[in-house]
Amino acid sequence: MADIHDDRDEAVAPSTEVATVDDHSAAAPATAVVRADRIPNPGFPPHRPRVTDLDPKKEKQAERTISALFLLSIVGSVLAVVAYFAFPIDQANPGSVRLNNLFLGLGITLALLGVGIGAVHWSKALMHSHEEVEMRHPTRGSDESRTKAVEIFSQANKESGFTRRSLVRNTLIGAVAVTPIPAVVMFRDLAGDDDPVALLKQTMWDEGVRLCRDPSGTPIRAADVTIGSAFHVIPEGLAELEYHRIEEKAKAAVLLMRLPVDELNEDPAKADWSYDGIVAYSKICTHVGCPVALYEQQTHHLLCPCHQSQFDVANHCEVIFGPAARPLPQLPITVDDEGFLVARSDFRDPVGPTFWEINR
Amino acid sequence: MAITSPASPRRSGRRHPLATAALLIVGLLATGGAYALATSTATAETTAHTAEMVEEGGKLFAANCASCHGILADGTAAGPSLIGVGALAVDFQVGTGRMPMAASGPQAEVKPVQFSQEQIDAMGAWVAELAPGPAIPAERYFAGDGDVANGAELFRINCAMCHNVAGAGGALTEGKYAPGLANIDPIHVYGAMVTGPQNMPVFSDMNLTPEEKNDVISYLRYIDENPSVGGFDLGSLGPVSEGLFIWIFGLGGLVAVTVWLTAKSN
Repeated sequence: MADIHDDRDEAVAPSTEVATVDDHSAAAPATAVVRADRIPNPGFPPHRPRVTDLDPKKEKQAERTISALFLLSIVGSVLAVVAYFAFPIDQANPGSVRLNNLFLGLGITLALLGVGIGAVHWSKALMHSHEEVEMRHPTRGSDESRTKAVEIFSQANKESGFTRRSLVRNTLIGAVAVTPIPAVVMFRDLAGDDDPVALLKQTMWDEGVRLCRDPSGTPIRAADVTIGSAFHVIPEGLAELEYHRIEEKAKAAVLLMRLPVDELNEDPAKADWSYDGIVAYSKICTHVGCPVALYEQQTHHLLCPCHQSQFDVANHCEVIFGPAARPLPQLPITVDDEGFLVARSDFRDPVGPTFWEINR
Repeated sequence: MAITSPASPRRSGRRHPLATAALLIVGLLATGGAYALATSTATAETTAHTAEMVEEGGKLFAANCASCHGILADGTAAGPSLIGVGALAVDFQVGTGRMPMAASGPQAEVKPVQFSQEQIDAMGAWVAELAPGPAIPAERYFAGDGDVANGAELFRINCAMCHNVAGAGGALTEGKYAPGLANIDPIHVYGAMVTGPQNMPVFSDMNLTPEEKNDVISYLRYIDENPSVGGFDLGSLGPVSEGLFIWIFGLGGLVAVTVWLTAKSN
């Protein structure tokens, strides 16, 4: 690549022609546009010998510095091994990771930087220092090679009969097109025999399911929920689930809040979904499904920390700011004969992010 | 004292068989109490407020708080009613310097405390006299000697969404924010959970039991006392501070190395 001396004159000479340096292809001087204000090629700065070229003492010194850097690298490697054993990680004490990682990291850093800095210093201070120009070559292939490429393609087509043997060609295209099908079937089977749309639309909540504290699973009495409270709620039985506990929690997580009744602005059709100012809403954001639980008890605003969607709890969690497109689904609740809060039904709207078949 | 009451009048004498045990228990309680008072910065007082305190508190209230909360503490346009907020709310709001507010704004800021603990207790006594409300709890509920792992789980579920999983705090809407929780007096953490100051929801004893609150306080104390396992935590703010650090020092380092690589040697 390096045309050390061939192109040198061209690069160094303060040329007056635009085309000389940067265009090798065809532009004849006659067709080039000569700009009056172009900056002349300054050429190389005068060659300046380095101190190591002039002073043998400096050269010796640079040699010593470089070998010291390589020795430092060896010390670093040894230090890393020593540190690994000198500061063992104690399973019972997470803080013991700190010294272990610190000295292990310092050792490896010294080992790698010593080699790297030493090698670069070697090339800069001791290796030859003459200036070189590497010309940029045009990327367009020569006409011969372009013709040759076309020839190869048409020859391959002739020999294989790709266009002539249409049955072979079409079955090949069909075979490749079918290969993703096993993946589609396996992803579909994540939902098993159930309809995935129905699964997205239903949660563990159902009529009579008690609202329980997360994580203990103890049921909540309506009397426990004082004004201004926020409870993080899971459905009864979730804490004891053996399979799919996380999946079910991801759909069924609920935030329970109690507002002063006169500050609650309820749709008459949904008036019996709350109990004495106690309201329950899905904790899963309708935008992309982050848990929405930053509840401000004075403003009754719920903030999603991921993309700053805001929901107004006093107005059925309507969206008042941000990218969420629909309100958080409300869980209709009431009180059973023992005074515990229970769901009246599952969510009436699908929880979580909107999906294509949501209206099916 | 309940200890001495089982002694029946019939057998009470100068050398009652239980006298030695009773004396021992009284002595232990006195030493323990003195030790507790000496080691605690907050009052662990659960006894009834004296009439003197209430009167003093009323005077302080009228002079310092009534302009916003009303002379009867029933609230004005400038400040909410304090009827039923209890002594614990006073201890939190005044004890952290949030009250009296310097100026109205989205949120009452923490600032140097304006009153002595005796004055705060007196105002708390006066407010507690208005209507029953949360009182200062027994000290064992904020001693910070509970189950750290359980406290951490409760913190992640109930607190971390606003206060950050490491208690570093975070932004809310319209200029409000959840403050950082490093090195907060445990009684104030307890008071915040029970009383729900400003926009913080209430976590009453029916939601988080006093023992669970002590677990949460223990977790906060644990992260106060134990350095971050991962080294410098850069404020525990996550990708914001970490990204800024690597942007400036990581890319800056790369630029410096590139300049050095291409510079001519002397």
